[in-house]
Amino acid sequence: MATVDSVIDKYELVVGMEVHAQVLTRSKMFCSCATDYAGAPPNTRVCPVCLGLPGPLPVINRQAVEATILTGLALNATVAETAVFARKNYTYPDLPKGYQISQFEFPQCEHGWLEIEQDDGSSRRIGIRRVHLEEDTGRTVHEGSYSYVDLNRAGVPLMEIVSEAHIHSPEDAYRYLTKLRTILRYLGVNSGDMEKGALRCEPNISVRTLEQKNRGEYGAKVEVKNLNSFRAVRSAIDYEMKRQIETLEAGGTVEQVNMGWDEQNQRTVLQRSKEDSHDYRYFPEPDLPPVHVNQAWVEALREQLPELPDAKQARYVDDWQVRRTDAAILIDEGLVADFFEGAVAAYGMEEGKPQRLANWLTGEFFRLLYADGEGQDLRQIAETRVAPAQVAALLQLADDKVINQNTAKKVLEIMYATGEDPAAIVEREGLAMVSDTSVIDEAIDAILAANQDELTRYRGGEEKLFGFFMGQVMRATKGKADPAAARQRLQERLDE
Amino acid sequence: MNLYELTIQEALDGMDRGDFTAVELTADLLGRIGAVEREIQSFLTVTGELALAQAARADARRRQGDASPLLGIPLGIKDVLSTRDVETTCGSKILKGYVPPYTATSVKKLEAAGMVMLGKTNTDEFAMGSSTENSAYHTTRNPWNLERVPGGSSGGSAAAVAAGEALGALGTDTGGSVRQPASFCGVVGLKPSYGRVSRYGLVAYGSSLDQIGTLTKDVRDAALLLNVIAGHDPRDSTSLPDATPDYRTALTGDVRGLRVGVPAEYFIDGIEPDVEQAVREAIAQLAHLGAEIIPVSLPNTDKAVPVYYMIATAEAGANLARFDGIRFGYSAGADRLMDNYRQTRGEGFGPEVKRRIMLGTYVLSAGYYDAYYGKAQQVRTLMKQDFEDVFSRVDVIACPVSPTTAFKIGEKSDDPMAMYLADVFTLSLNLAGMCGISVPCGLDAAGLPIGLQLIGPHLGEEVILRTAHAYEQSTNFGLSVGGLAAASRRHVAG
Ligand SMILES: [Zn+2]
Repeated sequence: MATVDSVIDKYELVVGMEVHAQVLTRSKMFCSCATDYAGAPPNTRVCPVCLGLPGPLPVINRQAVEATILTGLALNATVAETAVFARKNYTYPDLPKGYQISQFEFPQCEHGWLEIEQDDGSSRRIGIRRVHLEEDTGRTVHEGSYSYVDLNRAGVPLMEIVSEAHIHSPEDAYRYLTKLRTILRYLGVNSGDMEKGALRCEPNISVRTLEQKNRGEYGAKVEVKNLNSFRAVRSAIDYEMKRQIETLEAGGTVEQVNMGWDEQNQRTVLQRSKEDSHDYRYFPEPDLPPVHVNQAWVEALREQLPELPDAKQARYVDDWQVRRTDAAILIDEGLVADFFEGAVAAYGMEEGKPQRLANWLTGEFFRLLYADGEGQDLRQIAETRVAPAQVAALLQLADDKVINQNTAKKVLEIMYATGEDPAAIVEREGLAMVSDTSVIDEAIDAILAANQDELTRYRGGEEKLFGFFMGQVMRATKGKADPAAARQRLQERLDE
Repeated sequence: MNLYELTIQEALDGMDRGDFTAVELTADLLGRIGAVEREIQSFLTVTGELALAQAARADARRRQGDASPLLGIPLGIKDVLSTRDVETTCGSKILKGYVPPYTATSVKKLEAAGMVMLGKTNTDEFAMGSSTENSAYHTTRNPWNLERVPGGSSGGSAAAVAAGEALGALGTDTGGSVRQPASFCGVVGLKPSYGRVSRYGLVAYGSSLDQIGTLTKDVRDAALLLNVIAGHDPRDSTSLPDATPDYRTALTGDVRGLRVGVPAEYFIDGIEPDVEQAVREAIAQLAHLGAEIIPVSLPNTDKAVPVYYMIATAEAGANLARFDGIRFGYSAGADRLMDNYRQTRGEGFGPEVKRRIMLGTYVLSAGYYDAYYGKAQQVRTLMKQDFEDVFSRVDVIACPVSPTTAFKIGEKSDDPMAMYLADVFTLSLNLAGMCGISVPCGLDAAGLPIGLQLIGPHLGEEVILRTAHAYEQSTNFGLSVGGLAAASRRHVAG
C-alpha cells in the first residue's frame, strides 16, 4: 500500500474500543447457576431463569455489581448513585429470553480514563466513556446443516468497557488493551483469556482528514468483530485504516458497517451493513429495581482496591531503581509482580539488588516459564515449584561467589524442575565455585602443555585465542572456576 | 349441605372437627366438577389423581397434629402460574404440552400450607382479555347465566369458585383480571399491592403491573389465602420485604370513623344504572355502618386506558419474545430458523396476543419511545400521585368494578376497543401499585351479580379487607355461598 503511505499524514485515525469482559463470579448474573461452564457438557449449567423458561425472574448478583464498581474506580470513573438495567430486545437462538438484560441509559460507572505509555516514555490518557453490566449470551455451535445452542454461558456476568474515541494509532490500541487487561487482572474481576472468550474487543474504526478534524467532524465508523488477540486488534485497525484511506483517496465513501476479521488472510470482511442494524427498543427492566449505590459502599470498595499497575511501576522505578522497561514487564502480570516483590523482600532492597532480580526473572526465569506448560502464560509463575525466597537465595549464592553465573543458571533449572533449595543443589552436585588458584594453575599448566601450537600463535599476536584458552580452563574445571580468578591467572601465564 | 358449597374456613372447621376428611371433601369437589364442568368449563386441566393424593397426605398430616393453614383445602390455580409436572399453557396454543420443571412461589406456598390442587383454570391467552374468550382452548361460562362471559382474564378461577368447583382459586390481575371476573361471577376478588405476592413463576404479561390475587366465596377466605401467599421472596426482586400481618385480625366488622372516598370520575356516562345504583347503595350502607363518605377526585382516570395499553403491551412484547419454538411448547417444525420463528409464533399466538405484541413493539420503537412509552410512564407517575393525594385524606376508595354486569359471549369479541374501555375502573390501581378488592353488592335486573370495588393505598390490604368484610357481614343479598351454589345449580340444570 505504497500509495497510502504517501498520503497517510493527511488523515487522522480515530478508534473507540468496546471491550466485553466476563466478570469472575461464582454464580451467573441473575441466577445461582455456576459460571464454571468451560469443559462442561452443553446445557448443564442452566436453570429456569437462564433457560428463559416462562415465569422465572432475575435477581441481581451483588458480586458482579461490586466488580463493576471496582473496575470503575480503578479506571478513575464516577460511580453512578443509581444504575438501571434495561431490556435490549433482539431475536437470536442463543438469547433465550429474546432480550438481553443490560445497563443502558444509566450505567454503573461513567467518565473515567486510563494512561498508556508511549515509546518515548510519555503518557497519554485514554478516556473511558462508561463501564456497564449485562449478561452474556449462550453459544451457537454449527455442525453440518444444523446449529446447536448451548446455554451454559447464557447469563454469565459481562462488563462492557467503552472507551472514548481517543485512540489514534494501532499501537495505542494495543497499549490500551494490554493496560486494561492488566488492571482487570489486578482487580481479579476478569481472567483476561481472549482465546476462551473471557475478554472480547470490538474497535470502532474511522479516519478523517485534518480539515474534518478542524471542523469537529468524524468519518463513518466501521466496527470490527471476531478479534481473538490484541495482535489481531492491532492488525485489523492497521488494515482498516489503510483500506478506508485508500477508499477515500480513490474518491469512494466509507460505509458504516460491521466487519469481521479474517485472521488467515489478515483482512476485514463485511458482516452486516447498516441497513440491517437493529432497533433494540430498550426500556427499563421492570423485573429489577434500580441499583442504588451509596457513598459508604463506594468507599468500602475503594478500600479493597489493590495497588494498581501504574503505581507499582512507579514504585519499582523510584524506590528500587529498577529500569523502567523491566518494571513495565514485571508489573504487566500481577502474579509476576507478586513473585518479584516476594523475592525482593527476601533478597534485599540494597542498591542494584532489585534490578539484578529483575534481570533474572525476566531472563532465565521467564525462559523456563515459557518453555513450560501451555504457551506464553506468565500466570504459571504462581504454580511453579520455585518460591520467591529460593530465587533470592540463589542470587545470594552468586553474590557470595559460591557459584558463578553459569552455574547459577544450571541450579535454577534444577530448582525449577524439583523445587529444591539452591544451596542443597550446589552441595549435592558439587557445584561450588573453585577460586583456589593452585587448582586453576594446575589446569592452566596442562592446557598450555597440550596446546603448544595455539600458545605460539597467541604469543605471536593472535590475541583472539584468549577465549579459546579461557574455554579450555572452564571445561577442565567443569565450569566451577571463578571466572575472574581464572582470567587473571591465565593472562599472567600467557603473557610470561 | 354439600361440601363443595362450604367456604374455606367452614371446610377447615369441618375437617378439624372430624366431620369429614380432605379426601371426602376433594372427592365431593371432583364430583361437582364432573357434574357441571361440561357446561361451565372453568378448567383447562383437572388434576384429579394428584388432588386425591394430596388430600390423603393432608389427612395424614392433620392426624399427626399438623395445623397448616390450608390443610386439605381444594383450590384451583390459574393456568398462567407455573406448576411442576402439570401442563401450564397460559390459555395459549404456543404452550400446548409444556410441562414446567418448577413451581411458582405462590403455588409452592399454598402446597406447603396443605392445599389440594384441583387443576389449572382457564384464562384469556396470556391473561390478555376480559372474558376468557381469548383462551385458545375454550370460553368459560358464567355460572349465573351460561350465555354470559365470566369476565377475565381470571374467568376460569372466578367461575370455578362461583360454581362450587373449587373452594377458592388463585388468579392474576394486571388491569382488573381478578376483580372484574369476581364482580361478574359474584365472588370476592382480591388484588394485593404490587410486590406483596411473589411473581416468581407467574408467566409475565405486564411485569410492572402483574400481581397474583385470590378468588374466594367471602372476605374471610381472601384473608386466609393472602396470609399464605403474601411475603417477600428472594427470587422476586420486586417483592416487598415488609412483614406480613395476620390479615384475619383486620376483620373486625367495625368501620366506624373510616374515611371512604368516592371518586367522581368513577361514576360516568356509560355505567349501567343498575350498577351505579347498587354501588351507591353499598356506599350508603358503609355510611350507615359509621363510615364517613368523602367525595374525592382522581383527575387522570380518563388516561388510564391508553397509558395501560402502552405500558402493558411494551412489557408484554418483550415478555413474549422467548416463545420461539425452540426450547419448549409448540414448534411449527419448519426447516429454516426464521421460518420456524414466524410459523411458530404465527400459528401459536392468538389474534389478541398478536395485537398487543404489535402495539408494544410500536410504542418502544425508535423515534416513538418518548411520545408513547416515555409519556405513558410520566402520566403513570401523575396517576400514582393522584392516589397518594387522595389517600392522604381518606382510608379507602369505594367505586364500581366494572361499568356493566357480565356481557353476552361474543357481544364484544369483535370490538377490542369496547373491551379495553370496559376496564376503565380497574386499570388505574395497577398502574399506581395500589391494592383493591371486589365484593358482591347486589344483582341487576337480569339477576347478574354486581361488584363493589374498594381500593386501598399501597400495602393497605388490611383496610380494604376490613371494609369489605364489614360490608359483607351487614348485607343480605342472597349471595351467601348457598345462594351462589343455588344460582349456579339452577343455571347449570337449566
Ligand atoms: Zn441459571
